[in-house]
Amino acid sequence: MGQATTTSSDKVATRDAYGKALVEVGQKNPKVVVLDADLSGSTKTIGFSKAFPERFFNMGVSEQDMMGTAAGLALAGKIPFASSFAMFATGRAFEIVRNSIVYPHLPVKICASHAGLTVGEDGASHQTVADIAIMRVLPGMTVIVPADAIETKQVIHAVADFPGPVYVRLSRAAFPVFLGEDYKFQIGKAVEIHEGNDIAIVACGLMVYQALKAAEILEKQGVKASVVNMATVKPLDGEMLAKLAKRTGCILTVEEHSVMGGLGSAVAEYLAEEGDVVVHRHGIMDEFGQSGPADALLKLYKLMPEDIADQALATLKKKSNRKPA
Amino acid sequence: MTKTANIEELQEIARQLRVDCLKMLHKAKSGHTGGPLGIMDIITVLYFSAMNHDPKNPRWEDRDRFILANGHCCPAIYVALSKAGYFPKEELDHLRQIGSPLQGHPKLKVEWGIEMSTGSLGQGMSIGNGISFAARLDKRDFWMYSMHSDGEAQEGMLWEAALTAGHHKLEKRICFMDFNGIQIDGFNKDIKDVSPLEDKFLAFRWAVKTIDGHNIAEILDSIDWAKKTPGKPKMIIAKTILGKGVSIFENLPKYHGVAPSDEELKIALKELGEA
Repeated sequence: MGQATTTSSDKVATRDAYGKALVEVGQKNPKVVVLDADLSGSTKTIGFSKAFPERFFNMGVSEQDMMGTAAGLALAGKIPFASSFAMFATGRAFEIVRNSIVYPHLPVKICASHAGLTVGEDGASHQTVADIAIMRVLPGMTVIVPADAIETKQVIHAVADFPGPVYVRLSRAAFPVFLGEDYKFQIGKAVEIHEGNDIAIVACGLMVYQALKAAEILEKQGVKASVVNMATVKPLDGEMLAKLAKRTGCILTVEEHSVMGGLGSAVAEYLAEEGDVVVHRHGIMDEFGQSGPADALLKLYKLMPEDIADQALATLKKKSNRKPA
Repeated sequence: MTKTANIEELQEIARQLRVDCLKMLHKAKSGHTGGPLGIMDIITVLYFSAMNHDPKNPRWEDRDRFILANGHCCPAIYVALSKAGYFPKEELDHLRQIGSPLQGHPKLKVEWGIEMSTGSLGQGMSIGNGISFAARLDKRDFWMYSMHSDGEAQEGMLWEAALTAGHHKLEKRICFMDFNGIQIDGFNKDIKDVSPLEDKFLAFRWAVKTIDGHNIAEILDSIDWAKKTPGKPKMIIAKTILGKGVSIFENLPKYHGVAPSDEELKIALKELGEA
């Protein structure tokens, strides 16, 4: 392993890592263009706008127009990155993304920040917990949720070279940089960052770090948990899931997203057809978020390492209650 | 494909395309009749006179592009693209059938001259703007045409795109507004009046011209005007008649979305001089 650590004190938001990586891909590839909808300071596309002003399009507060314009740029051979808050990029502009980007399979990279509850104080109007769900159901769409700054950089470089439409989910909150420098992201490949045979915790985004911390808590109680970073929610790494199911017989998914339609649903859908395994989806129940500091919201909505560890123990109990075949 | 600026020749092409269009719709027993007939004169001028394009080299990077934002009128471009040589005429027999590239609403297929998937209203203007932005970056000089409709002008996104084109002075954008006053449920003056469109686009910093959308000379002149008007996107508001060319369809909202019956086709072909 050696691919993750919880000892680093370095905290960086994935949106910041995105902003930096965007400048790098812009330098590497002159076809890269960036669009934003009046949130460049928040989505961090501002760095690109300064480095390559002629390739940056601030579309104003017009997310639908931004997606349509991105589609046109792609038709003419560009590689557009379109950014806004996840709420608006996937919600407000959904039907344009569906009909003008994903249906014609254009290589537009929708990189949306401020996903999930960790938006914080802005509250529920800006906290989408349904974006993975609605992007995932689009045929041919790739959905990626990087776990930290190191992975985000690799994701942005990878998607710039990827021929189809991609949704990349980014976060506002500064969060630990914990994946090692030897970590390798590949589209469609999950990575087991911590080994264990009792239960597998499959997470994406900021919840991967929380899951890793949860595994430490569990370890002290004699439970060996595997932690898997399922950064690509679509296409899902079924091979990894089958392996985990066989090895542990018990899978807990964790996400900063509704338990309906997100990573947990994707995993449950896959495993429902793949054999005998206990699955529990941990995430946001059928409810909206609210205003508050990000860490307080993670506590309130039970997305802290302690909550995940508790849920893992409860899930393990379900497993042991099962009669052997 | 030969192009022409001769008005009578273009009128004859438009007549033939109307015939092809009605036969195609009749065979498919499904599709929109009124709109395609209403825009056929403009489509004819674009593909057989104004636009710089090459059916033998559909991906030619410097080609002029056309996007049909009111995608339901695609029968008009299907017959025009076929006649221009993008694909064999027999393919028109498969409109709206399983496996046919000629979907009920356009699906991107550049090899056949279909520049973009459209059909959900309000999106084509942004897409055209995006292509023009790319052309500006690449210092390419082609014209970006698109067709819109009065019903479509009730979509908010169209106005976002209009603001973008005006603000960025996308002078290579030439848009037509198919203004027949009719939408699915009736007349737009009754449902939600979009007029005056001239004033709206002027306020959005466009150059605007209103023409008779069935007068070939006026259509040709308006494109000439558009190309000579610098610094702004151009909106050519074309007053059209839904179902133009066939008296039994003209101006009747019910012919927005239905294909001609056997009897209607017979009457139509006769009126179009084909009987």
